Amino acid sequence: MFVQRPEARPATVEVFVEGLPVLLPEGASAAAAVLLAGLPAIRETPVKGSPRLPYCMMGICFDCLAEIDGVANRQACMVPVAPGMRIAPQRGARHARLEAEV
Amino acid sequence: MTVTYDTIVVGGGLVGTAIAYGLQKRGLSTLLLDEGDVAHRASRGNFGLVWVQSKGLGAPHYQRWTRGSADAWPGLAAELEGRTGLNLGLHQPGGLHICLSGEEFEQRIAYMERLQREAGNLGLEYRMLDHAETAAMLPGIGPAVVGASWTPYDGHASPLFLMRSLHSAFTEAGGIYRPNAGVSQGKAAPRDFAVEAEGETHRAPRIVLAAGLGNAALAPLFGLETPVRPQRGQILVTERARQLLPIPTTSIRQTDEGSLMIGDSKEEAGFDSVSQTPEIMQSMARRAVLTFPWIAELNIVRAWSALRVMAPDGLPIYDESSRFPGAFTANCHSGVTLAGAHADILAPMIITGALAPDLAPFSARRFHDVRSAA
Repeated sequence: MFVQRPEARPATVEVFVEGLPVLLPEGASAAAAVLLAGLPAIRETPVKGSPRLPYCMMGICFDCLAEIDGVANRQACMVPVAPGMRIAPQRGARHARLEAEV
Repeated sequence: MTVTYDTIVVGGGLVGTAIAYGLQKRGLSTLLLDEGDVAHRASRGNFGLVWVQSKGLGAPHYQRWTRGSADAWPGLAAELEGRTGLNLGLHQPGGLHICLSGEEFEQRIAYMERLQREAGNLGLEYRMLDHAETAAMLPGIGPAVVGASWTPYDGHASPLFLMRSLHSAFTEAGGIYRPNAGVSQGKAAPRDFAVEAEGETHRAPRIVLAAGLGNAALAPLFGLETPVRPQRGQILVTERARQLLPIPTTSIRQTDEGSLMIGDSKEEAGFDSVSQTPEIMQSMARRAVLTFPWIAELNIVRAWSALRVMAPDGLPIYDESSRFPGAFTANCHSGVTLAGAHADILAPMIITGALAPDLAPFSARRFHDVRSAA
């Protein structure tokens, strides 16, 4: 279970995790938002499709990869929340846009 | 205590292990001596192409050897997958060499024409493609791509799964693998060799030196010469992306897992495989982005450099000692491409005790001036 420390500052920043509004204190990470939202998984691994949630919370394990404000494969634990931020699951390998393809 | 084997192979990289596997599966008891992680470990840094179209200009024997190995690859991959359950990620859909300027394209035309001429009876199927034809084969190329050369022979595979499957197939077939066993001494007599490694003495009537850059020092002990030097190559790896590249190019390929690998740099940097040079990494990345503009938005997650094993003329060295029959050496910078040839063409020659005549041009004797001796 994910709980916040009792001395945490007031939750004033609203973000959206898969469309679900979540309030967090200023300075919290997008990964914290994912955990507060209670999703079963934030990403599926590219090769085997295994579900993952944020784990190390310090930029090492890459298990919190998410699509944040439309940018794929971001380490959610390294991204501080901002008002209105949209956090979506990273399902498998990211797409790269074929700009030259019309 | 001395243990006797049918063959000792010195070098646990892709070259040595492919040969050792080729010997062991044909019934020769084989000892594979691997120096350890103090070695330069070219086989941990490969790009992973099984590549034909850029090999052997001015050396038709090398072109033929490379083609033979590419032909042997599907059989080797299927066999290794059957024995080990590992998927080697082999794909041989043909390959492209991308040209980013009119000058590069003109040079490539001349190069491929000459390569085909030199192929002689073997033949060489290729086509020069303009921008639109290249785009049809490889979606997403940028406007800077002038064209490409295409051959049907090229492909790619996972070098790490190749390495792992060769090692497990070798030991499962009964081969003896000794890690951290650098050769400290060697004694040679015709068809009677003894090497000392980590305090143990091993004997065999055959020995194969496949120690990469280490061969330069080992070869003279066994009546051979291998004047190899390091040539540094660097590789950039992006995060995994959905499959986009149906066909590999000389410098960019996409792995089964989705990573895009960017390579093909060449530097003379001595034995320094630790540092990387930003200028080289920048120029590799710039070419990659000119080729595929969409690569620019992918993050680079890994980069490394490794040392190729280069002879003075850039060709492999395969040799047998005339002073000590039974001593062989194999040296090359294409341990992935040539794995098929090493396991299934070269190993049988070593078993019969002599290299086939078509390997004679690979002898280190070529570095002596034969014209003045004639």
